[in-house]
Amino acid sequence: MEDLVIVGSGPAGLAAAIYAARAGLRPLVVEGMLAGGQLTQTHEVENYPGFADPIVGLDLMTAMRAQAERAGARFEMDEISSVDFSGDDRKLVGMMGEMSSRAVIVATGAGAKWTDLPGEAKYKNHGISACAVCDGAFFRGRDVAVIGGGDTALGDALYLSRIAKSVTVIHRRDAFRGAKALSDRVLAAPNVTVAWNTTVKSFDGDGSSLTGLSLSDGRTLPVSGAFVAIGHRPQTDFLRGAVELDEAGYVVVDRTRTSAKGVFAAGDCADPLYKQAVIAAGAGAQAAIEAQRYLQEGG
Amino acid sequence: MIVDVTEKDFDATVAKGVVLVDFWATWCGPCRMQGAILEQKVAPAKPDLTIAKVDIDGNVALAQKFGIMSIPALRIFKDGNLVASFDGVTKPEEIIAAVEQA
Repeated sequence: MEDLVIVGSGPAGLAAAIYAARAGLRPLVVEGMLAGGQLTQTHEVENYPGFADPIVGLDLMTAMRAQAERAGARFEMDEISSVDFSGDDRKLVGMMGEMSSRAVIVATGAGAKWTDLPGEAKYKNHGISACAVCDGAFFRGRDVAVIGGGDTALGDALYLSRIAKSVTVIHRRDAFRGAKALSDRVLAAPNVTVAWNTTVKSFDGDGSSLTGLSLSDGRTLPVSGAFVAIGHRPQTDFLRGAVELDEAGYVVVDRTRTSAKGVFAAGDCADPLYKQAVIAAGAGAQAAIEAQRYLQEGG
Repeated sequence: MIVDVTEKDFDATVAKGVVLVDFWATWCGPCRMQGAILEQKVAPAKPDLTIAKVDIDGNVALAQKFGIMSIPALRIFKDGNLVASFDGVTKPEEIIAAVEQA
């Protein structure tokens, strides 16, 4: 039986782990499918305080994990698929095994939203990706598209512009939603063009991989890679029925406390508004303090 | 048995018997989950299976040869021929079933 299991290893989970470990709780961090969280898929992070020069997302998360480990947190590589919070112990079931804990911090973050357009399922991993940093290397010297207009789309477009021959950003509005610092650089990149007020109608291919996109303006855009960056959805499906979620699937929290006793939530899985790494880290620390108090009071 | 292979020794490694190839990279988060599944679940269940890991950094041509455009990606070879493919993180039971069918 664990005292505290932290589900997720992004900024929220790791900040929680650092605080809980320093409080002497020896937390167990279940790292999840994407160890290190979404930041590991961000090439350069420019808005996390403490780094005057941009830091590579993976490097930031590697440092955060090392800090948590040094503080005394333990790690397990598993993905939790179901939970039972109805009894005295909180039970968690993963792909690799089961565990029970007195307290749980859910910090499972958010995952990429897909378009669900025709052809997407067929060519996913065969030209269609939601992670430019992961899969960009396969498109060196090719023509690619980025779908979206927020920070993720802009970061992806910039990253890909250094690898691909050309990048077309397909955005349904007439202006980007992402940070001005990023959008200025995207607009200045010589091999990036923007298709404003345009949407994708379908992903087209030759049966084995992606060859192009059909666009709302009637054009066919020949590309071998398409990067979907239209936003994120909270990764909370495994909690359905066990804790209260809002209509969009975010965990409903009051000072990180969820509707289930001894279960706390922090980061993007419980944050419909801001979705920032620094806010997730802050919420993680808060959840660890709340969990510690709960355990101290004999919960 | 888990071994690291490159473009140089790939053909020789997959030439005989059933070999599970794991295309991965150090900077790929989900590849770590896939690696743990192979180490902790698949290798103990199939002690005679050769699991060959290809770090795509430096071996992109090899990945492209097998149509890989996203990692993690698994490919199962039998006597040098490709018999099964998985893209994205794949569960241990699916991998073990495919190895048994190969």
